[in-house]
Amino acid sequence: MVTLKINEHEIKVAEGTTVLEAAKKLSINIPTLCNHQDLCVAGNCRVCVVEQKGARTLIAACAMPVSQGMEIQTNSLKVRNARKHIVELLLSEHRADCTKCYKNQKCELQTLANEYSFGEHIFLDLVEGHAYTIDRSSPAFLKDDSKCIRCQRCVRTCAQLQHVSAIAVANKGSHMKISSFHDRPMSHVVCTNCGQCVNRCPTGALTEKTYIDQVWDAIYDTDKHVVVQTAPAVRVALGEDLGYDPGERVTGKLVTALRQLGFDSVLDTDFTADLTIIEEGTELLTRLKKVLVEGDKTLALPMFTSCSPGWIKFIEHKYPQMLPNLSTCKSPQQMFGALAKTFYAQKRGIDPSKIVSVSIMPCTAKKYEADRPEMRSSGYKDIDYVLTTRELAVMIKQAGIDFRALEESHYDSFMGSSTGAGVIFGATGGVMEAALRTAYEIVTGRSVPFKNLNILPVRGMEGVKEATIKIEGTVEEWRFLEGAELKVAIAHGLVNANKIAKAVSTGKASYHFIEIMACPGGCLGGGGQPIPTNAEIRQKRMEAIYSEDMHMDIRKSHENPEIIAIYEEFLEKPNGHKSHELLHTHYTKRESY
Amino acid sequence: MKNKGLTKVDLIFESIDVRKVMNKAFEMTSDEIIEQILESGLKGRGGAGFPTGLKWKYTAAEKDPDKFIVCNADEGEPGTFKDREILDKVSSKVYAGMAIAGKAMGATKGFIYLRGEYRFLLPQLYVELHKFHKLINEIGYDFSIEYRMGSGAYICGEESALFESIEGFRGEPRNKPPYPTVSGLFAKPTSINNVETLVTAVMIIEKGPQEYVKLGTKDSRGSKVFSISGDTPIPGIFELELGMTVQEFVNEFGDGDTKAVQVGGASGFCVPRKKFGETIIGFEGVPTGGSMKLFNSSRSMYNVLHNYLEFFTEESCGQCTPCRVGCQQLLLGIEKVKKGDSKSTYLNELVKLADTMKVASKCGLGQSVGNAFKSIVENFREEIIY
Repeated sequence: MVTLKINEHEIKVAEGTTVLEAAKKLSINIPTLCNHQDLCVAGNCRVCVVEQKGARTLIAACAMPVSQGMEIQTNSLKVRNARKHIVELLLSEHRADCTKCYKNQKCELQTLANEYSFGEHIFLDLVEGHAYTIDRSSPAFLKDDSKCIRCQRCVRTCAQLQHVSAIAVANKGSHMKISSFHDRPMSHVVCTNCGQCVNRCPTGALTEKTYIDQVWDAIYDTDKHVVVQTAPAVRVALGEDLGYDPGERVTGKLVTALRQLGFDSVLDTDFTADLTIIEEGTELLTRLKKVLVEGDKTLALPMFTSCSPGWIKFIEHKYPQMLPNLSTCKSPQQMFGALAKTFYAQKRGIDPSKIVSVSIMPCTAKKYEADRPEMRSSGYKDIDYVLTTRELAVMIKQAGIDFRALEESHYDSFMGSSTGAGVIFGATGGVMEAALRTAYEIVTGRSVPFKNLNILPVRGMEGVKEATIKIEGTVEEWRFLEGAELKVAIAHGLVNANKIAKAVSTGKASYHFIEIMACPGGCLGGGGQPIPTNAEIRQKRMEAIYSEDMHMDIRKSHENPEIIAIYEEFLEKPNGHKSHELLHTHYTKRESY
Repeated sequence: MKNKGLTKVDLIFESIDVRKVMNKAFEMTSDEIIEQILESGLKGRGGAGFPTGLKWKYTAAEKDPDKFIVCNADEGEPGTFKDREILDKVSSKVYAGMAIAGKAMGATKGFIYLRGEYRFLLPQLYVELHKFHKLINEIGYDFSIEYRMGSGAYICGEESALFESIEGFRGEPRNKPPYPTVSGLFAKPTSINNVETLVTAVMIIEKGPQEYVKLGTKDSRGSKVFSISGDTPIPGIFELELGMTVQEFVNEFGDGDTKAVQVGGASGFCVPRKKFGETIIGFEGVPTGGSMKLFNSSRSMYNVLHNYLEFFTEESCGQCTPCRVGCQQLLLGIEKVKKGDSKSTYLNELVKLADTMKVASKCGLGQSVGNAFKSIVENFREEIIY
């Protein structure tokens, strides 16, 4: 332990603690910008400088480990002057069109400016003489260099959490900027559109591309029938943007709000999550049988899940040789889209050309996914607009809805009923757990041998999880699996996905089924979720997801009555002809640079 | 303090028997070598002036079996060209210095990070290096050296940015601590020394520290190689005993009309004529890595400062706010004041900004921009404004 003094308060902390962390323990706030709990220390914005007795210069609190007898002043005149200068310098190179900015009032630089810079700016405006790029090429997000303050959170996120490095630092001095490979547009580099950078950008330099106005236009177009679906992770995070604490479930109010916004039908992605389980579970069991029993060389094991569009783009760029290992199932969003303009249109007697299909997602990559050319199997664009959780919160505010005062209500039918298995798709390990609940039952005729159906080994925030499920007491059709051990693995965050993909591609891992989610924590930590994000917030959202699961009457996908009905009325059988036409897809090898 | 006057010295370029001095060092213990360097009072010759013996001592104290000695030959300070000459003339002494440092701290591997623009020296340097490796092999000592090339960025002369560059990353300074002696190149304990420092260490071992301390002053022991340029009839490289005043220096090298001397390059200090007599060149006055640039009365100090600020605006790595944005503000600021777009009192704000850069920048680059800025603005304010 190390004893030090901060503003005359003595504190004892563990060796290796930073001055910033020690100050936090004393409830002394030191402002930061480049610092982020999910990322390695950078120490480059210098906003957190503090005075250390005896030191020649000020020190960056975020990067300085404590030492015995250290005496720190966080609010001396020297510190205040330097901090004010630093904030003013950042403002001088930042295009502060705050009233027009999507991040207005959610901008960390603006908050600091509020505290340190009012009245006349000290320094000259550097934005004027500079040529900046505003990259609108990605369907998922905007990159506006004129608002960038070079904190490099995005660069660290992309490298450290996602192992992608779509963006990196280029040039030096006054020309230093955050750039893509050879300055190419973001749509033409190895970028998964995961939006983790967007989640961590302190300013408006990285924001999702918004489709709010287009959705309003569709809602007010009387000729259109607008259906909306909500992803599992939205209901446990939306509240954060509307004044609730992290981890609050707002499912019922969410449904009411969407109805009040004017959507014609409020439906649930959880329904197609259940459908995914039936399709993907069947696909897995079929693959196991064909590969292991019939020796079919055309099919690949292990099978990877395919729900996460960030992961899909990652594997297309980085491990194209393993594309046959991906499940051919579309993601729940896209299954929903394909059914909305076919089955749903038929059932409701609506001309599919008049249907506008909107989805509310915790994700920015879903915007890209909806734009993929193969996602038009209904004959139309299956999903017209994707809004993030954050965009929905904006719409709710725009409509003047008092969210807290809303009554709770239920999703519409058809395609609105779901199970606990569908909702846990929002957390890492959730797809795996949902799939096991169903697949185990198909194979053995019994529920998974876990208390309350909670398959705890596949849950939690560990980067890579592994589990083995012994299959015993199989029914006749699946007798070949008797006594077999099903080996599964789960990864979240592409840096972890890469570990598994590498192990599989080099033959160092022998799994049967692998769940991968591109974002830390799974969809609940998605790039479209409320800002800020950190491990603690993601943990709370995760607890909310599992609590939502426990509160559902039905907790296995194959018991969802609407799922049973859709096979009877429309799809005929899992992995059948119609399924293949509407619910399955193929993948594309992409350049690795 | 008594002025020592101006004395030319021939130590660095003196030709010596390298084998003999290495044998002498290898017969000593690690502690003995370090003790001799400490006793000599040698401070780093790159400009920052950290005691070399301490650097070696700290590195030697680390337990890691893998350690590195790195020679900083990324001579980038404007107006400095002495390391080029040293490598060109006596590279075998540089290699010997690295081997002796290696022995002192237990490193068997050395890297020389050579300024990109000095690539033309490489063929001859490799010939000498080959001879050195043969020699050290004959002596039966385990030590080898590799060259790594810079690519023209000034910041890569900053020790931790230099490590990043050798490791294949973008040259950006690291947070300190940890210091290089604990975690340097490839996160291993590393001593990084300037070319001239290593050669000086060789000469200290050769002549003994008692002999060396006879030169220089208490705070600035020994002699130093100066790169002299600007308005002087005799530009070039001169080895001088430390402790002289700027006046004595100007008497020897000036053209009779010297109005200012920039000591230490762009990151150093500008000494105006009225302070020549009271300013000692050395750690008790203005320290220098060797760059001495003389300006006569035909020079506009606005142009001089503008040139330095353009340099820093270009060469800041861009990582930290005070340096990246501060340099641009200082440059644009003096331009606006000169044009009359900003009031002359805006210079006072800029001086305060320079102070902030000095205390809040991440590395030595940003911390020293204020040296030239303040010393020029304070001494030649009228030239900046009018």
